[in-house]
Amino acid sequence: MSDFTHEAWSLYIALITVVSIIACAVLLKALSTRRVAKDEQVGTTGHTWDEDLTELNNPLPRWWMWLFYITIVFSVVYLVLYPGLGSFRGYLGWTSTGQFEDEVKRAEARFGPIYRKFLAQDIKQVAADPEARAIGQKLFLNYCAQCHGSDAGGAKGFPSLRDGDWLYGGEPEAIKTSITEGRAGLMPPQGALVGGDEGAKDVAHYVLSLSGRTHDSLRASRGKAKFDTICMACHGLDGKGNKQIGAPNLTDNVWLHGGTEAAIIETILKGRKGEMPAHKDFLDAAKIHLLAAYVYGLSAETGK
Amino acid sequence: MQSQDTFNYTVVRQFALMTVVWGVVGMLVGVLIAAQLMWPELNLAPWLSYGRLRPLHTNAVIFAFGGSALFATSYYVVQRTCHVRLFSPALASFTFWGWQVVIVAAAITLPLGFTTSKEYAELEWPIDILITLVWVAYAVVFFGTIAKRRTPHIYVANWFYGAFILTVALLHVINSAEIPVTLWKSYPVYAGVQDAMVQWWYGHNAVGFFLTAGFLGIMYYFVPKQAGRPIYSYRLSVVHFWALIFTYMWAGPHHLHYTALPDWAQSLGMLFSLILLAPSWGGMINGIMTLSGAWHKLRDDPILKFLIVSLSFYGMSTLEGPLMSIKTVNALSHYTDWTIGHVHSGALGWVGLISIGALYYLIPRLYGRTEMASVGLITLHFWVATVGIVLYIAAMWIAGVMQGLMWRGVSPDGTLTYTFAESVKATYPFYAIRLLGGTLYLAGMLIMAYNVWKTVVGQRAVDAPIPAAAAA
Repeated sequence: MSDFTHEAWSLYIALITVVSIIACAVLLKALSTRRVAKDEQVGTTGHTWDEDLTELNNPLPRWWMWLFYITIVFSVVYLVLYPGLGSFRGYLGWTSTGQFEDEVKRAEARFGPIYRKFLAQDIKQVAADPEARAIGQKLFLNYCAQCHGSDAGGAKGFPSLRDGDWLYGGEPEAIKTSITEGRAGLMPPQGALVGGDEGAKDVAHYVLSLSGRTHDSLRASRGKAKFDTICMACHGLDGKGNKQIGAPNLTDNVWLHGGTEAAIIETILKGRKGEMPAHKDFLDAAKIHLLAAYVYGLSAETGK
Repeated sequence: MQSQDTFNYTVVRQFALMTVVWGVVGMLVGVLIAAQLMWPELNLAPWLSYGRLRPLHTNAVIFAFGGSALFATSYYVVQRTCHVRLFSPALASFTFWGWQVVIVAAAITLPLGFTTSKEYAELEWPIDILITLVWVAYAVVFFGTIAKRRTPHIYVANWFYGAFILTVALLHVINSAEIPVTLWKSYPVYAGVQDAMVQWWYGHNAVGFFLTAGFLGIMYYFVPKQAGRPIYSYRLSVVHFWALIFTYMWAGPHHLHYTALPDWAQSLGMLFSLILLAPSWGGMINGIMTLSGAWHKLRDDPILKFLIVSLSFYGMSTLEGPLMSIKTVNALSHYTDWTIGHVHSGALGWVGLISIGALYYLIPRLYGRTEMASVGLITLHFWVATVGIVLYIAAMWIAGVMQGLMWRGVSPDGTLTYTFAESVKATYPFYAIRLLGGTLYLAGMLIMAYNVWKTVVGQRAVDAPIPAAAAA
């Protein structure tokens, strides 16, 4: 469908709007002239339907008529003051965009200083400030809890932020970058490379052995050979991962997508994909700074 | 021929009985989804999940229950007030069977997940085509009957039925303009904000014409008949009819306040919604004032109770509507359960009660009786339903205003005071009250179904003779 950008459309809209409102008033005026004299008995219209259906012809209730007029007058006044008649902006110059910008400006004037104060501080210092942590928690609950949980404990596919284990690094600046720019984690499917279901099972047992869990040592030794040629590219020869690309550490018994044998095999065969969206598009630098400090503080709290 | 001397009540009977059946079904689904909001575990299977049952509920109540009530009453009223037998019994029969197929198709496709995703117009294109065919047949039958009438004037109820039939045809065809991709998938021909505007032009006029003008048609026949009094004011009916059908057409944009819709369109939607207040109330005044001189009948006539309380809910919803269309109010109410409460004071209060009242008048007369098998059960139904509505809408008002206030709450440090999940938690008790209210309303429908069964079973269908033509 095309856009109606020609000025004539504006005129067209303004015209039918004005005519329509006037038409309502004219209709009302035309039918409200009759009044009932005292003691006058209002008669019916003389028509009868279906044996006994008739109509009285009472005049319009006055209060109702005035109610109707008031809404008409209100509309006319509103259209003079506010946008409505085509591209005529209205004498008050109000726009919804303007109202939004005003509100943002007022909020900035009121809350800006609070946030600027913390933005000037080092993240570790902010993380130790109770007021900043309170703000950070509220931001976290509104922007982060949907995926990471209100206790930041994470869920399957969404990392816990308080276990001291970091995919992309737990230093303040790394956390800040994760929030600002987002992260895209990708483990490609390896089924063909590791040799199908059996091969994946071998590798899985080697992976289990890395964190010292129960495993079949024969399978693990077969799996190691594959791990050392395929998986090591990202997870490293020692399986400790690579924070540059978000490859998880496989030796710490922390599992993003589940640590059962079946879950590990599924990860190897089908691969995994994770996305943390970039928040710079809708959160300003100061809020991200406070969030980073809050998240940093969470892991500092729990030990590491 | 004898058939020319009687009215065609066959199609009226069919639609009247199905109104009761679909009423029970639609409200049962409503109770189920209300329960799912309380206990999400009740989303037992994908086809039983809230997202698929919710449109089934709205379609069943509006188009199956409300639609059948409109077909039944309009066919009855147009014959009786035109003093002729219904035009084309074959087409009338087609509208009945066609409409039932539409409903059954909706009941199958919506749970399977086939949807256009346009609210109140979810049905996919093959069903849309069937709806169009049924509707054209409906218009032919209705206006054909008007054309061969033996009365000099067209009764006011028929103006409203006529406006409803014509406008719904227009709304359906324009909003359902879509490009089929497969048998069960299509895309609208409009895009972006224009699509949204067309959708809500349709959506609000579905309320205005399907749920208001059509049911005012019911009101204009059954209230004076049951009260045994003349309509209060012919003059008022003229003003409010033309003002109502004209003004409703503009009100759609109030569904799109504070969206990408241009400011001027939002303003017009709001203003015409405000202007709509008086024309809407005109119908309420004409209905309630028809009772003047016969107020005492309200005490012991439960059918009249249904009709008059229905008009009170109509007046309340049509005041609430313009109020909610004001941008400042809408900024609080939009997206909250207040909207759900508003819709249900209209649907349960106005549409539901007026249809039920009309059916209690209608059904005995279709089977050669003067009244329902049990008048006591009508009274019981009235009280159960009314208490149900009050619980429902009061719960949703409180929940809605609370949600609106919680969502906009800002702490001194500029962060949101409440998370969304906290507002959901706070709503929980009100969902329980709503579920109770809805269950009561459903219980009322079951009482009605039983009463109708007792009235109808073993009775012979009787087609009343056409009275002599009225004097001009």
